[in-house]
Amino acid sequence: MTSSSKKPMIEIKNVEKHYGQVVALDGVSLDIREGEFFSLLGPSGCGKTTLLRIISGFDHPTSGCVFIGNENMTNIPANLRPTNMVFQSYAIFPHLNVADNVGYGLKKLRLKKEEFIRRVDQALALVDLEGFGARESNALSGGQRQRVALARALIMRPKVLLLDEPLSALDKKLRDAMQIELRHLQQTVGITFVLVTHDQEEALIMSDRIAVMFDGKIAQVDTPEALYRRPANKNVASFIGVMNFIPAKVIKSDQTSLTVDIDTLGRVKLAVNNRTAKGTVVQIGIRPEMLTIIYDDDKKIKNTFKATVSSRSYYGDMTYYDVIIDGEDITATVSMRNTAGRPILQPGAKTRVSWGVESLTVITNT
Amino acid sequence: MERKSNVLITYTIAYLIFLYAPVFLLPIFAFNDSAIISLPLSGFTFDWFYMLWEIKSLHEALYNSTMIALFSATLSTVLGIFAARAASRYNFPAKRSIMAFIMLPLVLPEIIVGVALLVVMIQLGLSLSAWTVIIGHVLICTPFAIAILSSAFNSFDMSLEEASMDLGESKIGTFFRVILPMVAPGIISSFLIAFTISLDEFIIAFFLTGTDVTLPVYIWGQLRFPARLPSIMALGFLMVILSLVLLLTAEYFRKRSLRFSAIKNASDESMF
Repeated sequence: MTSSSKKPMIEIKNVEKHYGQVVALDGVSLDIREGEFFSLLGPSGCGKTTLLRIISGFDHPTSGCVFIGNENMTNIPANLRPTNMVFQSYAIFPHLNVADNVGYGLKKLRLKKEEFIRRVDQALALVDLEGFGARESNALSGGQRQRVALARALIMRPKVLLLDEPLSALDKKLRDAMQIELRHLQQTVGITFVLVTHDQEEALIMSDRIAVMFDGKIAQVDTPEALYRRPANKNVASFIGVMNFIPAKVIKSDQTSLTVDIDTLGRVKLAVNNRTAKGTVVQIGIRPEMLTIIYDDDKKIKNTFKATVSSRSYYGDMTYYDVIIDGEDITATVSMRNTAGRPILQPGAKTRVSWGVESLTVITNT
Repeated sequence: MERKSNVLITYTIAYLIFLYAPVFLLPIFAFNDSAIISLPLSGFTFDWFYMLWEIKSLHEALYNSTMIALFSATLSTVLGIFAARAASRYNFPAKRSIMAFIMLPLVLPEIIVGVALLVVMIQLGLSLSAWTVIIGHVLICTPFAIAILSSAFNSFDMSLEEASMDLGESKIGTFFRVILPMVAPGIISSFLIAFTISLDEFIIAFFLTGTDVTLPVYIWGQLRFPARLPSIMALGFLMVILSLVLLLTAEYFRKRSLRFSAIKNASDESMF
């Protein structure tokens, strides 16, 4: 993709990992660039944690190789790799205080005492924990433990910082704040971050790029926006946000456009370069926010269908409606911003929903 | 319900009396100023304790017992650390059967162990000494050490080891900087319990001791002399007190070790 730039920071080449009969990673290849915030996203059991453990050196691949900073690290143990990890449980040493936890990895370097203290203080300042050095580690809150874990890893000046679901143990408010802070921290230190998460929102907010994984395979690697707007398949589309799917039949396909017959919506010409044989059944994806409920009976609006509200979820700023398209067995989710004076529809309400051609996504690979 | 709990309370009290009354007789006669062990009591005295100071053979037995207990406790705790660590961290073939075998001496009759060891020692041509007693005591103390240490090692969060490795520490360095400090209370507890078991053990010591008699063997030998009986009572009283203190200390450390590992990384209340 970027032939001009130098070699990637992490290269994963055709990595397989088997646990007996179970295949945890099935031929994974991936490049992670220097200085980027990269996320491995997927449901539990998809292999994302196994992949992170292979990068860190806690696990070794059954076959394939791992390069970090242009060096083959496939069989190098964790303690000799230029990577450091923030564990899901934070793994703060309970018998050491905060400063000794943070300085744990420095002990090997046999620094002078002043230099040791200076670097520990510097690391604590980086995570906003100035003056916490003498605290006992079991007297820390969850958020503070996470900061200690971050400082302890960053003080090693790693080439890559690995984060294993670091926010999953925090409550929602703190998690939201830490997402922004982690992103900011990454930009400050400029180190490559690799995050493992099952939370698609977290991945979208923090990452430069995301690899979506299912069943030990990488389904798509892209920027958050590209993943959301142009998911490679149905799995990715429904894992990232909410997506409505409507079946359609290909009528005509050429270099610049694809003409399809969509159930209820009619014949549509889409500007995509996606050559598909005539007669193939594809899925048309449309996000809830791309559908609009028409409140006044404006006949001038084109591209509409009639529907009945089957249920609604009120979120304060937004309301999500599940509507059943009249005459079809298709349920679609529509999200509406709760602007002033806009009524909240009740289940059973008859309504009209409009859509736009440009908001449709074709998913041929289901 | 009321009736049932009364029955239970009565049963409990009777049980405790049956269990401990003989032990409480020791201090009574240890402080009684009569050479004959019988009621009624005639008067209060510390003489029997002073007498203990003057019996030289007793001091030798005490020295032997202490040294044997120190060596047995150290060896069985070291072996226990290896076994508990291996059992909690690694998977190997027939792990369960191997561990069951190691734990077997817990339920084996000591007299069988004693006789068997005696036969083996003689066949090997080893002369009986403090060392042969130590071998026997290590055999019976190790299962206790493993039982105590296993709980300390099992509740140990694996990611702590990984964090240490991740921060550049080697396996051996991790053992000394993370694992050992965290299981230290369990190690102390195991040592103290093994020490107490070895100090109090009679049957194996009786079979395997040569000329280096241990304290329990010495006491048994003295029971033939009725005049010595009250001072033996005094000695017994001291041993009961010492054992109690050692076991309570061990229990304190065992609890502490459990609490240490139970904290893991949950941010619950502070440690003590």
